[in-house]
Amino acid sequence: MNGLESFGQDPWWLVGLKALAIFVILVLLTLFSIWYERKVVAWMQVRPGPNRNGPFGLLQSLADGLKLAFKEDLVPKAADKIVFLLAPMISTVCAFTAFAVIPFGPVVSVFGVETPLQLTDLPVAVLLVLATSALGVYGIVLGGWSSGSTYSLLGSLRAAAQVISYEIAMGLSIVAVFLTAGSLSTSQIVAAQQGGQEVTLFGTSFTIPGWYALLLLPSFIVFAISVVGETNRAPFDLPEAESELVGGFHTEYSSLKFALFFLAEYINMVTVSAMATTLFLGGWQAPFPASWWPGANEGWWPVLWFFLKVLILLFGFVWLRGTLPRFRYDQFMRLGWKVLVPANLLWIVVLAAVRAGTQQPEWSAQWVGMIGGAFLLVLLVIWFWPGRKKYEQATEPDTGLGGFPVPPLDLQVPPSPRVKRLTAEREPVSVSAGDDATAEGKEG
Amino acid sequence: MELYGPIVVLFAIALAFAIISVVGARLAGPRRFNRAKNEAYECGIEPTPTGPGGGKFPIKFYLTAMLFIVFDIEIIFLYPWAVAFDSLGLFGFVEMVLFIATVFIAYTYVWRRGGLDWD
Repeated sequence: MNGLESFGQDPWWLVGLKALAIFVILVLLTLFSIWYERKVVAWMQVRPGPNRNGPFGLLQSLADGLKLAFKEDLVPKAADKIVFLLAPMISTVCAFTAFAVIPFGPVVSVFGVETPLQLTDLPVAVLLVLATSALGVYGIVLGGWSSGSTYSLLGSLRAAAQVISYEIAMGLSIVAVFLTAGSLSTSQIVAAQQGGQEVTLFGTSFTIPGWYALLLLPSFIVFAISVVGETNRAPFDLPEAESELVGGFHTEYSSLKFALFFLAEYINMVTVSAMATTLFLGGWQAPFPASWWPGANEGWWPVLWFFLKVLILLFGFVWLRGTLPRFRYDQFMRLGWKVLVPANLLWIVVLAAVRAGTQQPEWSAQWVGMIGGAFLLVLLVIWFWPGRKKYEQATEPDTGLGGFPVPPLDLQVPPSPRVKRLTAEREPVSVSAGDDATAEGKEG
Repeated sequence: MELYGPIVVLFAIALAFAIISVVGARLAGPRRFNRAKNEAYECGIEPTPTGPGGGKFPIKFYLTAMLFIVFDIEIIFLYPWAVAFDSLGLFGFVEMVLFIATVFIAYTYVWRRGGLDWD
């Protein structure tokens, strides 16, 4: 195999244990991050936030979840019953499954069995995450469509358009990671970020982390922006824009079905944070100050670093929500299609050229430069290629009447003989007689 | 195949959780009939009648979905290329530069025809 020898060796009970552990961690992390979000937003708005249930209000989301379980399970009359039931299940199951390939730590010993702290890894692990997150959209779209409500339908359509638009930006941004790491497997991407780089600055040499967030900063920025759109979070939470669409796709959902959608949204947030950690922030490896300590990347310590990084990224999500207003839909789509996608494509070509020039010195750097230059030239030619002449309506002279159709002002109309006759008849009427005539007209 | 097995286990646990939640909420919650409660929510007024299949929606969403397919295929071609970049050599680099330039023509066309504008 290709570096994945330590995977797929677990006894059946360990596989079950790991899967159960991931499930429990995700549910707990969801309950925690709902509380975390409410608390952080509350602090940003100078109010206490939830503080009644449990210490610091920690049990607030558990109480909310239990309360939802005992609420009436409504199915609207206009709903498509089966799809309405299936939609939240699709969302939840896809959200959970995506976490199967996230690495939590290195190889450790669990009850005497040496095993990596990761459920499994595939040669195409990142594709699994992308596939499950894309399938999760079906839950949202079908849920909104099957509700039989206008708000739900519009919310789900927005969600679909938004997620597929930003999936392109996200998919393009991680191409740079695969290019640099040379692998799609999550554990190998983490391993590829292990080696720090020796940097000598002002006579002192120190090691900077080999994290892709630093090496591939443009990719990380695009990834960070697009995952916020991908998870329907503020400021890109247009599918749930409560000022326009009530609740968006889950307007008609109640009870635990609503809770499942809520759960799926928060798990997706955790998943993309874990993906950002794995792909760009060195995965479970110790962050900079702790990396001086030799034992930091051994045993169970990496789990701590991993969750620390995930929590910091989650804080970023909450910070965005507490700070930024919601985008307008056309601005949002323009950012995705007209800024992130072309910038990403250009960045990939630049990175490929740099890598081709440095990693493989037998290729002449001149060649790579010439190809890159020709490519840029072609792009410019395509961009400024003269298009079809736009059809322009003949503009009328400004008449000062606000576009009202008026004949040309210098139009000479020959006076009709009848008009001449009428004016001739009126000619002898004097001013005083005119007054009489109007008086008669009024009486008549 | 043993690499893919654990995914099925996690999938099964999640599915069991989802089914238990949906069925459990049915059993645990109260059921009181109310005509207004079963209508689609529209701020308290009578809901808009929708046609079969959910009614009409703007064509822009359909156009976005079509554009997505074009670019998603581009991404799917880029992934294996990126992984195998070092072994493909100069040939791989030139090929992908040509491919990206070709897709860029389509992209420019869509942009100029207003396919990326949202009203």
